[in-house]
Amino acid sequence: MDAAGRGTVSGGLAGVVEVGPAALLVEVADATAALDLAAHLRAVRVPAVEVVPGACTVLLDGVARDDAAAARAAVAAWAAAWVPGTAPPDGEVVELPTVYDGPDLDDVAARWGTDRDGAVERHTATVFVSAFCGFAPGFAYLAGLGDDLAVPRLATPRTAVPPGSVGLAGAWCGVYPTRSPGGWRLLGRTDALLWDPSRDRPALLAPGTRVRFVPA
Amino acid sequence: MTGWTVLAADGLVTLQDRGRPGLAHLGVPRAGALDAPAAALARRLVGGGVDDAVLEATLAGVALRAGSSRWVAVTGAPCAVAVDGRPVGHGRAVRVPAGSELVLGPARAGVRSYLAVGGGWADEPVLGSRSTDTLGGVGPPPVRPGRVLPVGPADPAPPGGDVPGVGGGWPGEPLLRVDPGPRLDRFAAGTLGRLCATAWSASGDADRVGLRLVGPALERVDDRELPSEGMVAGAVQVPPDGRPVVLLADHPTTGGYPVVAVVRAAELAACAQLRPGDPVRFSRAPRA
Repeated sequence: MDAAGRGTVSGGLAGVVEVGPAALLVEVADATAALDLAAHLRAVRVPAVEVVPGACTVLLDGVARDDAAAARAAVAAWAAAWVPGTAPPDGEVVELPTVYDGPDLDDVAARWGTDRDGAVERHTATVFVSAFCGFAPGFAYLAGLGDDLAVPRLATPRTAVPPGSVGLAGAWCGVYPTRSPGGWRLLGRTDALLWDPSRDRPALLAPGTRVRFVPA
Repeated sequence: MTGWTVLAADGLVTLQDRGRPGLAHLGVPRAGALDAPAAALARRLVGGGVDDAVLEATLAGVALRAGSSRWVAVTGAPCAVAVDGRPVGHGRAVRVPAGSELVLGPARAGVRSYLAVGGGWADEPVLGSRSTDTLGGVGPPPVRPGRVLPVGPADPAPPGGDVPGVGGGWPGEPLLRVDPGPRLDRFAAGTLGRLCATAWSASGDADRVGLRLVGPALERVDDRELPSEGMVAGAVQVPPDGRPVVLLADHPTTGGYPVVAVVRAAELAACAQLRPGDPVRFSRAPRA
């Protein structure tokens, strides 16, 4: 590795970059590796306040100066054992009953070279995995669609997307937990409660959770 | 009835404590008092615990009717403080009898004033914290007139002991120490130097999510979309328009704008007190 901590991708690890004096950003090969690393770091109780997976990174925030070496060692131990092509972690499967009547369903079907039924079939046949959260509490970025099914975001985001809306952006799928502005292409809606701070697990689709959409 | 009734709250007024650490992976912002040292000082002045919630008033002040006798203290942005119309001090413990009216005037400098009460503001915690997260809506809603804020039980004796940190002048133009950001390679060579050499000013749309800066656009040389990655408070994000934003306590937990620099945690309180148009500069932090 060079002085900035960057190196070549080996064992799924691309580099470890400092984010100020109290955080480390670990760069890995892909979302699956990020999820696996995040789960590993939690399991070994890495000395960090936050363990935040991203699309191909894991952020360790709140690492005390004296703990930085231990945190880096935990990352290195994971990298040494990581096998490329490892399946996503075996998370619980959550089924989301979905009404496919979204305003962008026809548009997405056309982009996929199929019709409404064909688009619904592809979406419901996919087992997604929650790769990471962001944008809003309980908003999960769901991986599983191939890059060939990626769709661009709307050029002009909607000012208000109803809660429960199921949408696509790039190869990501997501479900809006609350009413908010949004530029994802909407396929339909679910009544599932994505976010409830009074629950033991406030986010229904916490990272690592597997997700299947079923026609309601 | 021992709760305190909110009579007026013109600017944003929220309950804040130390926030909700450990939930960023669920998309939950940390939240918590933006000027954490000022909030901690207010808590100490009334003899409160480190996890007691305080009120964070923004620019315009707040007025309450005391439902029970309590010690209070106001810190942070200097403002007039009055009990039943009688001026009392800023930065010290003041006894407010039940039935009295406590008024914090508009901030005379800075932005955010803090009001601690003996026993703490006792709204029901959400996910372990009474902080209002203005981005995701986690925690109690912002404080509005008519709301009755419960207060916790408190010892009626005056809080004793020395409280360091009171006094001193209001800081002038802050110099924010930064470390290089994780995505410096997405910017033109010398960008960190330009960030530190530029006289910036705070924009008018500062909120609890981020401090937006007015100045020359920073040039991004790599405009490919950055895969979303975890963000820290103090990250200096640069959106496509090149105008940097310093992320504050209610920042989104992941984001796709490259981070050019990271403001040291100790400087975030100063960010919280910048008024629209106030000058601000950055400097390279000494290597730890």
